[in-house]
Amino acid sequence: MSPFLALLRHPRIAFGSGVLVMMLIAALTAPWLAPHDPLEQDLLNSFQLPVWSGGDVSHALGTDSLGRDILSRLIYSARPALIVAFVAALCAGILGTALGLAAGYFGGRIDSAISRLVDIWMSFPSVLLCIVLAAVLGAGLHTVVIAIIIIDWTRFCRVVRAETMVQKSQDYVASALTIGLKPAHIVASEILPNVAPLLLTLFTLEMGIAIVVEAILSFVGLSVSSGVPTWGGIIQEGRLYVNQAWWLMALPMACIILAVLGLNALGDGLRVAIDPVKAR
Amino acid sequence: MSASYILRRLFWAIPTLIGVAIVVFVLVRVVPGDPIAMMLPPGATADDVGRLRAMYGLDAPIAKQFVVWSGEVLRGDFGNSISLREKVSALVLGRLPATLELVIVAVAAACLLAILLAISAVLFRGRWPELVVDVGTGLALAIPDFLWGLLFILVLGVLLPWFPISGRIDPTLDFNPATSFYLVEALVRMRWDALGNLLHHIVLPALALALPLTAALTRVLKGSLIDAMNQDYVVLARVKGYSRTRTLWRVALRNALIPTVTLTGVQFSFLIGGTVLIEYLFSYPGIGNLAIAAVTQRDLPLIQGLILTFAILFILTNLVVDMTYGALNPKVRQA
Repeated sequence: MSPFLALLRHPRIAFGSGVLVMMLIAALTAPWLAPHDPLEQDLLNSFQLPVWSGGDVSHALGTDSLGRDILSRLIYSARPALIVAFVAALCAGILGTALGLAAGYFGGRIDSAISRLVDIWMSFPSVLLCIVLAAVLGAGLHTVVIAIIIIDWTRFCRVVRAETMVQKSQDYVASALTIGLKPAHIVASEILPNVAPLLLTLFTLEMGIAIVVEAILSFVGLSVSSGVPTWGGIIQEGRLYVNQAWWLMALPMACIILAVLGLNALGDGLRVAIDPVKAR
Repeated sequence: MSASYILRRLFWAIPTLIGVAIVVFVLVRVVPGDPIAMMLPPGATADDVGRLRAMYGLDAPIAKQFVVWSGEVLRGDFGNSISLREKVSALVLGRLPATLELVIVAVAAACLLAILLAISAVLFRGRWPELVVDVGTGLALAIPDFLWGLLFILVLGVLLPWFPISGRIDPTLDFNPATSFYLVEALVRMRWDALGNLLHHIVLPALALALPLTAALTRVLKGSLIDAMNQDYVVLARVKGYSRTRTLWRVALRNALIPTVTLTGVQFSFLIGGTVLIEYLFSYPGIGNLAIAAVTQRDLPLIQGLILTFAILFILTNLVVDMTYGALNPKVRQA
């Protein structure tokens, strides 16, 4: 069995990758998968009941206040969620890792400068900073991505710094120094691969965080324009009608919770599976 | 825990605060959208705009604005809110007690729940209560407070309308508080009807804030309780005839609390940040809700004042936690 398939035997990894694959399929095949255009309004058929309460099969999960098909909107919403999750987590990861490696390896002034910066950064309430940033940058998907990168690089930086300091004291780094390798080379090709498993876990967890942040900003009205369906946006609209149609709010919440639980399980599973000490 | 240690710690907080102040100051000045133009009625002349701008000191260069502003802040003057036309310090101080009460109720609930859950998990190791606690903490940690808040609104506010989902107190209630510490005041004045009403309103937001913290605390506490139960002094207590339950409560718990306190501190800061959204969700009139309103109104002085307030709260919390840690752990106290 290939090592990749072997990973899937961990129940958490199997569950997490299952959720991720479902989201990918929804995002990639949305035009074929969704029964309706997510923006198509039908004011005569607003607040249709979902199929379990006796609604029509053509709108399996019912319609919203403007008669738009909920199922189609939920499927299309996987797109902004995945784009934000992937791009934001990747960029925050690159920035945080670079600074964390530098701080952990070189120590001294570089370390105290970067650590002080992290301290300042972390004494902002992140949600508030995020909302201020979104207001500064103006609504849009790029805003959400940039806000997450600006705020969450510290998560990577702190962990990578600590791990780099541990790795630096290992014999293999001393050996690499003895045979005359340059520090930049040691960091990039000796230490980084040893930090990589940890990064993979952090990256997966960050994707989950990014999906929630996107939902929060949509909820506060600072994410994408109302023309693009997002889970947070649907929740915000649903909240207005929660007394007459509770499922409008419940369904997108279920999507977000499933996505977050899946990515968390994947991250946790990978951490345990890849950790050489625990795997033994 | 010497006075000089506390002073030293406070001193070290100063550069962090200055850093926060600079970042905030620059950040809010690049916000697009002119707050001055929003204040004036349509048809105002350019002269009017200019005069108002000078009145709020927004016409000077940014560096000069910063010097003027920090001088005023040091004297306790955070300027005037543009959207609410009130002193920022008065607004913040008026709203801060609501947030503090929410945070303290949430932390107290989290600590109590965590102790109960961890003890029952350890007491019933390998049986269903432990499984329930483990799965529950996993879920509570994975789902952020924002989603818990929404879930509570949906399930306990709408589907089963057991709790109110907005506000701090029933506005029709004849309470007329003299301070903004409603809970404390209701307690002191022995107004049990008001107290009950306040607690009824605070349950859902406090629980949404408390759940992730409860889970984190339960995990750490459970781990250290299990460790402690294998220590010599616990074995000694058992040999001396203490029951298992009593040993757990009286001996192991005290020793297991130290790592838990440290974690509470770290999580406490997240909790303060979490109030922003939770207050918004539950229309709870604290500084978090005020902050979102300030951002949507582009109210620069108010945003600055609020973010600085949050940063000060954050730093003070960390200081208090470090001091508690020292008080609990003799090794640190000596150093």
